[in-house]
Amino acid sequence: MRYAAIDSWIVAKRDLIHWVREPVRVFANLAYPIISVLIFGLVFGSAMNVFGGGDYIEFLLPGMFGQTIAFGIASTIMMVSMDADRGVTDRFRASPMSQTGVVAGRSIADLVNSSLELLVLALCGLVIGWSFHDGLLNALLAFALFLWLRFALVWVGIYLGLLVKPEAAQASWMFLFPLTMFANTFVSPELMPGWLRVVAEWNPLSSTVAAARELFGNPGVGGDSWAAQNSLLLAVLWPAVFVAIFWPLSVLKYRDLSR
Amino acid sequence: MLAEGLRKMFDKKAALDGFDLAVPAGTVCGLLGPNGAGKTTAVRILATLLRLDGGRAEVAGHDVAREAPAVRRQVALNGQQSTVDGVLTGRENLVMWGRLYHLSKRQAEVRADELLEQFGLTDAAGKRAKLYSGGMRRRLDLASSFIMRPSVLFLDEPTTGLDPRNRGEVWREVKRVVAEGTTVLLTTQYLDEADQLADQIVVMDTGRVAAQGTPDQLKSKLGGDRIEVVVRDADELPVAAEVLGPDAEVDPDTFRVSVAVADRVAALTRVTSALAARGVEAEDIALRRPTLDDVFLAITGHKAVSEVRA
Repeated sequence: MRYAAIDSWIVAKRDLIHWVREPVRVFANLAYPIISVLIFGLVFGSAMNVFGGGDYIEFLLPGMFGQTIAFGIASTIMMVSMDADRGVTDRFRASPMSQTGVVAGRSIADLVNSSLELLVLALCGLVIGWSFHDGLLNALLAFALFLWLRFALVWVGIYLGLLVKPEAAQASWMFLFPLTMFANTFVSPELMPGWLRVVAEWNPLSSTVAAARELFGNPGVGGDSWAAQNSLLLAVLWPAVFVAIFWPLSVLKYRDLSR
Repeated sequence: MLAEGLRKMFDKKAALDGFDLAVPAGTVCGLLGPNGAGKTTAVRILATLLRLDGGRAEVAGHDVAREAPAVRRQVALNGQQSTVDGVLTGRENLVMWGRLYHLSKRQAEVRADELLEQFGLTDAAGKRAKLYSGGMRRRLDLASSFIMRPSVLFLDEPTTGLDPRNRGEVWREVKRVVAEGTTVLLTTQYLDEADQLADQIVVMDTGRVAAQGTPDQLKSKLGGDRIEVVVRDADELPVAAEVLGPDAEVDPDTFRVSVAVADRVAALTRVTSALAARGVEAEDIALRRPTLDDVFLAITGHKAVSEVRA
């Protein structure tokens, strides 16, 4: 168990060194949400309506946090599939190191990276007029919910990363983009056509974003559906479901790479 | 290292179909075969990366299926691709692996410096590994396999993609660690590599052992030496073939005619004078021992993929 902790830290450290020495990727990852905040907040913002009233930038920021968290899965898939492709995973597996260490290290590194992204994005939000209104504790709880979702997505990402080649991993963007838009991230689901509204309301990302809006005291909270009214509960449950499914799946896949 | 009747299926196709292997401690066994013969599959099973569907295997005295953790403490795997992390320095790579092999930070650093010295990388220790040449990266990769002084080393195509000079460097390192008592299972597509390094060669084809023995045994299986005549003109090929006799093999692309001979020097004299008598001026006449290429061709019925020759 002691070795599991050491091993996971060493694997995580490797990734963190990568980010420090090759900051281009970190900047690229950060540039997208920041530019989006500027485009949606300041360019489209004046034309956007928040269902139930309220300032759009206040509404937008939790949505951006959510999208950033969801996009993080792309880097998990990429890193995992590259390690598998380059034979690094094989060497980890053929060594006496703790087998949980590899995956645990992955989640530590990804959570550190995502926390940094949330921090930068939050600072950027504070500058252009977003804020939290229900106390620091609630705000931290909201960020904890985002990281809980990120943690769940690490497992989904590990599984998918072991499944696909790095070339295919690059295409994950194509699926992630609509998945993060068919949600309450940028526009209230109430303003969408019926069927899409149902999709958006039940999108796991929506639950976390809605719960965060509530905790931040930002506008756009509520709605008639059960999912919208119980967003806090779902924001805890959805990631738990992902972990319950993908933790065992990725462990199995990891132990039994058949190629 | 011992394997008996190994079987592995991929999508109902047998990648290994009753594969046997016995490698005495402290020797090098070369696994030779074309792509898809099952070399890598065999290595992956012995390195506990793949479950076997049949048969049993023992590495360093432990059963690979039932005692995988014990096997992992004794073996090191060097795959086809480099696992060197380009963003880390050479030294950091080694320290990382040392830590993953559960050395303390201090021990890992000491061992890293020893290995950098041994593998001639001390000067480049602080440079990021992506700035290394192909041969240096390979050496660093090999060094990382030696952190724990493994009793068994799996080398899966260690010099694929390296230029001849770098291949020589890698060979030298392999020979050095073998001298220290490590057992090596080497897979390769290069016949000269097996010839250089292996005490014993196992030729694989379609998941089984097609032939095995020392390099010399395999070569003598082919019936000893061959005499080879190179002519200047394609018109002279039939005449040369007639002189060499009914078993002569003709390669019209290289103007080459060859045949196996038992009486070496006598045959050389006989052929030389016969060619002169028929007015054929040969570009080259030579006796040569069969190469492993010939062995391979004779055993499997097809040529090995061999882009680099010594």
